[in-house]
Amino acid sequence: MAFKPKVPGLVKGLGVTLNTLMTTVTKGANTVQYPHEKEAPPIRARGVIALREDNCTSCMLCARSCPDWCIYIEGHKELAPPRRAGGAPRKVNKLDRFDIDYALCMYCGICVEVCPFDALFWSPEYEYSEPKIADLLHDKTKLGEWMETVPEAPELEAGADKKGKK
Amino acid sequence: MSLAIVIPYWGLSLLRVLGGIVAVLLPAGTIVYLFLFKMMSFMQSRLGPMEAGPYGSMQLFAEVGKWLQKEDIMPERADKSIFKIAPLIVLSSTFLLIAVVPFGPDAWFTNFEAGVFYMLAVSSISVLGILIAGWSSANKYSLLGGLRAAGQLIAYELPMVLAVVGVVIQAGTMNLQQIVVVQNSGAIFGWHGLGNPYILTQFIGFGVFMIAVQAELTQAPFDMPIAESELVSGYMTEYSGFRFLIFFIAEFATAGVFALIASVLFLGGWGIPFEWFGWHVTGATGIDGVANWMNVVGPLIMFTKMMLLVFVIMWVRFSYPRFREDQLQRFAWKVLIPLSLVNIMATSILKVVF
Amino acid sequence: MSADTMLGDRQKLAYIASQAADARLNVELETEGMTLNIGPQHPATHGTLRIICRLDGEQVIWAEPSAGYMHRGYEKLTEVRTFPQVTTLVNRIDWLGSFANEVPFILAAEKLMGIEAPPRAQHIRTILFELSRIANVSLFLGDLGVQMGAITPVFMAFRDREYVLNLIEGATGGRFHPNFDRIGGLKDDLPKGWIDETRGVMRKLRKFCDEMDDLLFGNEIFQSRTRGIGVIPKEVALQYGLSGANLRASGVDYDLRRDQTIPMAWSKTNFKVWTHPDGDSFARCWIRLQETRESTKIVDQLLDTLPAGPVMAKVPRIIKVPEGEAWVSTENPLGEMGYYVISKGDLGPFRVKIRSASFNNISIVPWLLRGVYVPDVITILASLYFILGDIDR
Repeated sequence: MAFKPKVPGLVKGLGVTLNTLMTTVTKGANTVQYPHEKEAPPIRARGVIALREDNCTSCMLCARSCPDWCIYIEGHKELAPPRRAGGAPRKVNKLDRFDIDYALCMYCGICVEVCPFDALFWSPEYEYSEPKIADLLHDKTKLGEWMETVPEAPELEAGADKKGKK
Repeated sequence: MSLAIVIPYWGLSLLRVLGGIVAVLLPAGTIVYLFLFKMMSFMQSRLGPMEAGPYGSMQLFAEVGKWLQKEDIMPERADKSIFKIAPLIVLSSTFLLIAVVPFGPDAWFTNFEAGVFYMLAVSSISVLGILIAGWSSANKYSLLGGLRAAGQLIAYELPMVLAVVGVVIQAGTMNLQQIVVVQNSGAIFGWHGLGNPYILTQFIGFGVFMIAVQAELTQAPFDMPIAESELVSGYMTEYSGFRFLIFFIAEFATAGVFALIASVLFLGGWGIPFEWFGWHVTGATGIDGVANWMNVVGPLIMFTKMMLLVFVIMWVRFSYPRFREDQLQRFAWKVLIPLSLVNIMATSILKVVF
Repeated sequence: MSADTMLGDRQKLAYIASQAADARLNVELETEGMTLNIGPQHPATHGTLRIICRLDGEQVIWAEPSAGYMHRGYEKLTEVRTFPQVTTLVNRIDWLGSFANEVPFILAAEKLMGIEAPPRAQHIRTILFELSRIANVSLFLGDLGVQMGAITPVFMAFRDREYVLNLIEGATGGRFHPNFDRIGGLKDDLPKGWIDETRGVMRKLRKFCDEMDDLLFGNEIFQSRTRGIGVIPKEVALQYGLSGANLRASGVDYDLRRDQTIPMAWSKTNFKVWTHPDGDSFARCWIRLQETRESTKIVDQLLDTLPAGPVMAKVPRIIKVPEGEAWVSTENPLGEMGYYVISKGDLGPFRVKIRSASFNNISIVPWLLRGVYVPDVITILASLYFILGDIDR
């Protein structure tokens, strides 16, 4: 490369900043003025875990596979009336306690993935910070409330194997 | 000057003092808001402070309030009295500097013949403040910053002085008010349309002066003393609360004042070319040939010119990385000083010839 | 800018001569040494690294890095966790290019199991790997400006890096810790519209690289700060075990993406391996800029040739990796990262040894920092580019 004259590099640098200045003045900044405007995270964003209590059989797979051991489950079995008359009463699981401690949770998603009964879902909600750290332990009711914010799984790209995982 | 009321001498002095404070702090505040908060943010594709006041205009007051309510920490092994005095010395040089800047035909604080000489002498006082701030902090980083600052500031005093000498030769006087008058009533090859702003003939001097000012303010690319990523604020590291606020205000106030001085020396100061209004200031009438309303418009014009120059200073500050200390010194001694000496020679020759 | 050296022999000699002259002067005057601690709390080091320097005026006589302030005990943690849990953990070693940390570990486990991910999974793995590289190195370019004193490039770097992070989040759900790789393939396929979005983002990033060229690399002040500073000759680089851009900047033509065959999609792309003969700080920084541009081209090529198919091979639900030992290393954004996995047939590994690039990269710091000025220390550390999580694990 031939020897470049001294000035252009410095001048080009000034040009870039001036350009950015003009772009920001005319087209607006790249930043989002939170909390006045909020960006919507993508559908798959891992914000909070929601629990569908009906599906949970307290198999403890999620609690066992959590790397931080932040899921606390307690449950007992109850007898429910049989489906058809004349049948045996069936054992139904009743969840006493299903807590996720979001102070420990590292949002890895292993629990959601490992659940065989589709009881746990990801939701992109992220605004649940609390002034007291103990309030970050979300109990069964609160986890059920998050279910309303769970979006539909997005469509997959062309070429994806449809019968694979969702 | 004829005023409707008679103000006693102590009243005039009080007005001068208040005027001086306003003249220093108002530009400082505007510069901090407009350039540091807003222009820097816009150049970085973000909006800057927006919460305090509409479009963040009250941010400076919020900052001042924040700094004021902080704890006054002093290192245990610091030299206490010197530690306390250092920021005041830096700020005092700014206030002393504004005393010679004329804002209008009669709107000046002091008007003495050796204005340029005084200005150059007083601007060196801040070097002392920075040096003792670094030394008295009992912190190795501050010491490094202070020593670097001393070397750099002394090295760049010379190009500044030499650049201004060119202006003095061309104007024929050291009185800043006269320099403004000569520029605005001058002519370029007989054409009076633009006056004779010295930026046209002294462009080398202007360039050298602006670079020297950038170095005197320890702004990037000459901010080795405050090299943030190395020395964590250099000589200002140990200062907190009100003392740091004084350093902060001093930095931007000095930027404003130097820009005012540069606009006086090179851009024609408070004036617009006198030909436009038909004022004649040579001969018997002197400066009284200029209309009285210039006293009100003059400061506004100065403000505009100062904003332009500070824009360039800040633009360069936000765009360039910093020089290393030895490169800095080499640049000053081997490039700027010979350049300004050449400028002086050329000016003197041309002054005699024409 | 080409890769020809800009450093004339005279310039090199001049720099060495001035260092020697200063050293002579220091010995003659017998000025006392001052011990300066750079870090562990310092804006310049990328995290809690402590470098103890003995100074003489502004020159460093002796320097030693003292790492370990961020040691989290990774190798011990992996002993009591299962493979999916370890995958989650290793995201956090090099947290800026986090997908790139999962890949060698998963590849080692797959090597032990004797399976290979399907081609579509390999492609998507490579695409996400390159996206992690772009995210990592664009932050480096911005941070380089801050170390030098230019405060504007870093905002542009973060602005353009956001696009890449949004892409990664769209596909995996996590911006910084994707946790997307699984033994046998990937967790999920790409959402609709991702490919077009990625193409757009790659265009934006190429523009960003050009902007960095103009704003930072073309700047004469930057060049005078980095050219000839911290020269690492070829042999020394090889002896100290440097890797990645640091090695290629010293003229060694070694890139694990091209020089080894592992079940990833790099062999299906055409890309240039950038080297520079100088070995100084400028070379290291410049090569990373070129590599970022090259990565955008690799991603474009991979997107064009993305095969259809499943993203997960047939693996049992509960994976028990058979007994054995495997070593896999890849060309991570920071250098060569490798995992040596010993499995005893359990749900989790028996022992994982993590060879992280930055740990070896900073081993050269004592040798390199002798005789340099304090501002140059920052330049050199910035150009070597380490991440504390990578050093300390």
